Order: sequence, then structure tokens, then C-alpha cells
Amino acid sequence: MKINIIINEQRKEILIKDNEYLIDVLRRNNYLSVRRGCDNTSCGVCTVLLNDKPVPSCSVLAIRCNNQRITTVEGIADEAEKLAKYFGEEGADQCGFCNPSMALTVYSLKLENPNASDDEIKEYLVGNLCRCTGYVAQHLAIKRYLGDKL
Amino acid sequence: MMEINKYVAPNSFDEVYNLLQDNKLNKIIGGGAWLKISMKKADTLIGLENLNLDYIKEENEFFEIGAMTPLRKIELNKDIRTLFSGFFNEAISKIMGVTVRNIATIGGSIMGKFAFSDLLPVLVVLDVRLKFYKIGELSFYEFLQMAKIPNDILLSIKVSKGNGLGYFHKVSKTHLDFAILNLAVVRTDRFKIAVGSRPRITKLLVNTNNFLNSQAVINDDVLLQAIEIALEEADLGDNLKASKEYREVLLKSYLKRALKQVIR
Repeated sequence: MKINIIINEQRKEILIKDNEYLIDVLRRNNYLSVRRGCDNTSCGVCTVLLNDKPVPSCSVLAIRCNNQRITTVEGIADEAEKLAKYFGEEGADQCGFCNPSMALTVYSLKLENPNASDDEIKEYLVGNLCRCTGYVAQHLAIKRYLGDKL
Repeated sequence: MMEINKYVAPNSFDEVYNLLQDNKLNKIIGGGAWLKISMKKADTLIGLENLNLDYIKEENEFFEIGAMTPLRKIELNKDIRTLFSGFFNEAISKIMGVTVRNIATIGGSIMGKFAFSDLLPVLVVLDVRLKFYKIGELSFYEFLQMAKIPNDILLSIKVSKGNGLGYFHKVSKTHLDFAILNLAVVRTDRFKIAVGSRPRITKLLVNTNNFLNSQAVINDDVLLQAIEIALEEADLGDNLKASKEYREVLLKSYLKRALKQVIR
């Protein structure tokens, strides 16, 4: 069947199967910043925003996104660039595999709770795993990003 | 990949109910967070998104929560936070990460009846009733004891208002892992204790509750006796995550902590 979907503010009509997950549809349509990790809701690297809320795209049926808004990291390019600057300065980046999902979750935290405390940042990001850096440098970078009101 | 013939999102409860009765391979999908591990095959997968079941309503005696309400929405609800000093919200916040709680629904978490669920022990100690389309209302405890999940549509849950103290603890290797053991305790004028991930489905510790509720004074001796009764009654077991012996040590330790917290 065909679904109408808004991806990064662009309206699209996409042919899908009833049992296809959002991650498969996005990657098939060249949104390759949406990464496949555990494929069972545990690692968070497939995170996208569904109507501005972070969700694991490996567990959302694409058919349920009919007439909904999806945002990948390309859709928040300016914010992702700001965050990338702080990630670079704090040495919070190694392989980069988790960065797009991390950026989307952090952006969503900024919308929901711009003055998040240390514990609130940790709790919000608990579903986004990073296999290489540890989390200290990322935490510092995220704090600086949230503090950046420009 | 999960095998499904088709996906439908009907506009009426009758349509959903008839589909459920037509074919036992027609299944309702909640949020879909555990679809990959819980369902391999369905003929027609039925979505409830067109039936306005995503809501939280406050009535005089209870809160009514629509079955399609995401866990995250409940967690952030300020009115729900008045229940047992935020016990319900706090317990929900321990379930996986924000991304999963944005899609997982209260109805899906209940109807899945997953043994590892962190939500089931919490619901059984709160005074919760389930509202179904055809069979009407039943208590969550009755639902938990049913051998077979009703082939009906869960519309909403009703959580009675109550004051008192609550305790919830999930033991797991990481925040994102399934629980090795989870424990929920509330105290109003009575104690209610439930244990989940035993590894079997959540159990209300009726004998332990009765024992505690029959005591005039709760002192250290009474607590130790209650813990002994709980260990006997909880019927803990082994699985790949932990042995029965380890679960017993955990229950002993966390139940003591829980009871001390709720008798403050």
C-alpha cells in the first residue's frame, strides 16, 4: 500500500508492505543516517523523531506513520551542527555510528526540558548506547549544547 | 520478518471485535514495542489508533487511562503524580528508555502479560480495574489470574485514587535489560506486595500481605517473619538471567528495604 508521510518537512508518497518497519522504509529511501543496530529496541541507534518525539524506528510499523511527521538528523541540520561542535571540543566522538540518533534525542530533550539537570540528561539518554566513548565527554558536550541559547 | 497478511485500523469497536472473533490469527497491536519478540505470525493486525483511546481523565474516585496511552505520557502526567507520592510515574520511568516509552502503550503492556514486565507488579498493588468492550470491568488481579487472555478489546484502565507510600525496585544488569526481579509495595491502611520476573508472571503475595495486615505493631521481628513468608510464597525460579537462590537473596534484601521505606 501507499502511505503519505512527511519526512524532514517534505511530503512523500511511499509504497510499503504492511509488515515493514519504519527503519526499513527510511533506509530503502536513502535516509541512511538512520542506522540499524540491535533491531529490537535496545540500542537506540535507529532513533528518529515521530511528531517531534524520539522513537526506535526498528519497532514502529511504517504503516502507522501514514500522515505523520518523521524527522531524521538531516531535518535538524543546524542543531546537529551545533551539537557536533561541542562533541568535537569535548572529544565525545569516535566512530560516529550513534551520533545521528544521539543528536535527535538530545534535540528532543532540548525541546522538552531545556534546563535539564545532570540526572535528567542521563535518564533521557539511557536508551541511546555508545559503544566507544563512554559517556562522560558526551555528557559534558550535551550540557554545553543545552546551555547554548543562541 | 513478522508474517502478517494485512494491517487495518478500524473506525469502530464492533469492527475490531468482529475481526477478533473471525479468526484467532487476527491480533490487536498496542504500541508495538515488543511485537518482534511476542508475535511471529498474524493474519490481520488490528491497530486501535482511530478509536480515541489515547487519554488520561481524572474522575472523583479514580483516573481513567485509555488503552492506547503511551507510557511516557502517563509518566509525565502531573495529576497521576499525586498517587502514592509519584510511585506510579516513578515505576514507569524505570521501563527501558524514553524512546521505547514513547511508543509502548499501557494497554499493550497489560495485554501482552509479559512475565518480565515492570508494570504488572505496580498495577497489581494499586487498585486497578480493566474495562473491556464486551466483558465489561474486572480487577487487574482477576485478569492476572486468568489462564487465557480475553479475546476482547481493552478500552481503558481505572486507577483508584489513594494516599500512602509506595516502593518499586527493578533489579537488572543495566537499565535497558529485562528485570531479574521486580518488586512493588504500597501501604495505605493495608500492605500490598507483589513480585514480578520471578521469572514467571507477577504474583501478589497474599499470605505475606495478610500477615502484615493482621499485626498491631510493625517492628523488626514482624518484618523478618514477613520476609520469611514472602520467600516461601513467592515461588521463585531459575532462568538464564538468574538462579532461584540469587532471586531469593534479592527478594530478602529488597523486601526489607521496601517495608522499611513504606512504614516510615
